[in-house]
Amino acid sequence: MELIAFYGFAFLAIASALFILLSKNLIYSAFSLFLTFLGVAALYVLAGADFLAVTQIMIYVGGVLVLLIFGIMLTQQTNKGAHSSTSNRIMAESGRRFPGFALALLCFLFFTYVILSANFRIAGNVNLSKSTIKTIGVELMTSHLLPFEIAGILLLVALVGAAYLALNRNPTHE
Amino acid sequence: MSNIPLIHFLIVAAALFSIGLAVAITKKNLIGILLGIELMLNAVNLNLVAFSRHDPERLGGQLFSLFVIVVAVAEITVALAIILRVYGQFNTVEPDRIDELKS
Repeated sequence: MELIAFYGFAFLAIASALFILLSKNLIYSAFSLFLTFLGVAALYVLAGADFLAVTQIMIYVGGVLVLLIFGIMLTQQTNKGAHSSTSNRIMAESGRRFPGFALALLCFLFFTYVILSANFRIAGNVNLSKSTIKTIGVELMTSHLLPFEIAGILLLVALVGAAYLALNRNPTHE
Repeated sequence: MSNIPLIHFLIVAAALFSIGLAVAITKKNLIGILLGIELMLNAVNLNLVAFSRHDPERLGGQLFSLFVIVVAVAEITVALAIILRVYGQFNTVEPDRIDELKS
């Protein structure tokens, strides 16, 4: 039963990731990235990481994806009307397409070879009967306290830096 | 829950990582490249979580992937701010057409 759910969600994640790769429209790519994130969150649940699944949905779907769609809309919208004022662009097929696909395929084959030949010997036994929230909270406050604080400072720095960078300092745009 | 073998998670994560790599290489838009990078980070997180299943007392993999999520969020905010600045400067977000230091 869980194996069927696993295959379903894995298929959802990989199929929507392939749609990102093949679609021309960036908005469609962003929305199928949403499906990929949901599929990966479901895989987290199947791996016993309930807290991380909720975190994934809240941060990626609620924050990152909204930000990406805002970015796409802010940078795509006025591109259409500006074409007449500039010189004609010659649209050519991107030369990166075939090398990118070939490199990704080689990468995947190499990973599969490494995984299949690794022959992992797992020491601990799988015990997933309880929630992981308590363990994560205790670990964050005891043995991982320094990375936790550094993450807080990093988020503050990123907030200040992004706000400073996004300020419109160009007088012609005002 | 425990009857899903570890190999399946690893294969799915490898596929997601390869697709993310292909997206990051082939997209002709800066935001498309960011989508690929997010996909790759998610694949790595899936690996960490799958290994963390066998460590239920300390959950090192899940904690590590939590920090990876934090760093990814910081990276995406700063990258989008930079992309908006570049768009204000060059009126395009295609890295092939941004080839001047001072325009």
